Amino acid sequence: MQVLGISGSLRRDSHNRRLLRAAAGLLSPDAEFVLFDGLKDIPPFDEDDEPAPGPAVSRWREVLAGADALLFATPEYNASIPGQLKNAVDWASRPIESAALRNKPAAVIGASTGIFGAVWAQAELRKALATAGARLIDRELPVAGADEAFDPDGALAEREQELELDSILTELLDEARGPEAPRQAAEGELARQV
Amino acid sequence: MSSTAVATATQLPVGTWKLDPTHSTAGFAVKHMGVSMFRGRFEDFDATLTVGEDGAGELVGAVRADSIVVKDDNLKAHLGSPEFFDTERYPELRYVAQSLTRDGDELIADGELTIKDHTHPVRARGSITDPTETLGGAIKVGITLEAAIDRTEYGLSFNAPLPSGGVALANDVRLIVELELAQAEA
Repeated sequence: MQVLGISGSLRRDSHNRRLLRAAAGLLSPDAEFVLFDGLKDIPPFDEDDEPAPGPAVSRWREVLAGADALLFATPEYNASIPGQLKNAVDWASRPIESAALRNKPAAVIGASTGIFGAVWAQAELRKALATAGARLIDRELPVAGADEAFDPDGALAEREQELELDSILTELLDEARGPEAPRQAAEGELARQV
Repeated sequence: MSSTAVATATQLPVGTWKLDPTHSTAGFAVKHMGVSMFRGRFEDFDATLTVGEDGAGELVGAVRADSIVVKDDNLKAHLGSPEFFDTERYPELRYVAQSLTRDGDELIADGELTIKDHTHPVRARGSITDPTETLGGAIKVGITLEAAIDRTEYGLSFNAPLPSGGVALANDVRLIVELELAQAEA
């Protein structure tokens, strides 16, 4: 079970990368955490480039396809999603029928130094991911005052927030494991059932 | 002036009746953007009407969710996503009516509709014809049924607010089927 972490902030020591590392520390032993490091390399989305989108987009789609679950951590820029993160979502939403985000389990969390914890950006990112076809967890984790939100070990300092993050991760992994009974109907099964 | 009493048919056509998919449709209609009625349909579906010698009937229908037909590929992909039908995990919609009541041309079906593992009772109203010999000697009956459901009860939850109030998509959806059914060979 691989969980891919995507930080919407490109800054090396960003609060949202710290939040993803805090999440990694809470994952169950059967889950492997991988931090995506190629967001800055992704070029602006352009339909003219779709036939040959280049190595950065190909790698982005490949790591998405290889992950069992996605954990996005986003800051909030001007009350919305950072442009580079939204751009990456747009690339991963196409081609429509085989989009890398389609049916992919995903959760959104976020941190900001302000008092709202990137809550608007999280809502907008959830909307964009759902429209792209992701299997989205309907939860949020607004980590406000991010300068002081982490303890020296990198974990979330507030116990309640840590429990909330743990609960979101549990739900995300449950979603990635899928329903207990397979619901896929084989071709032709329709006719046999009625 | 004399009048003649005409008995109203209440008997369902005895036997097993299989769908002629070429001449049948299964669709839906939902208010879109608060202004228009958007209609879509499913390409792949099946239905069987079974009526015993005692007159009791059962209608079973199944629809393949990913066979939805709309005019735009983006919309089709969105309708197949977890916000709507989640076709990867829930490939089929199903309706089973074990109570069929006929009064002349009128037909009332009381059954259960299952979408995305959500099952709720649904009463559908419509019409039924008498068996008719058609081209090639096939005996056929026609059924139309219409029902209203609240899509949010079945996990089809997407919506978006409109700038001046209201929402993009109504919760109430009308389901409409028009079935041509052929008598199965004994």
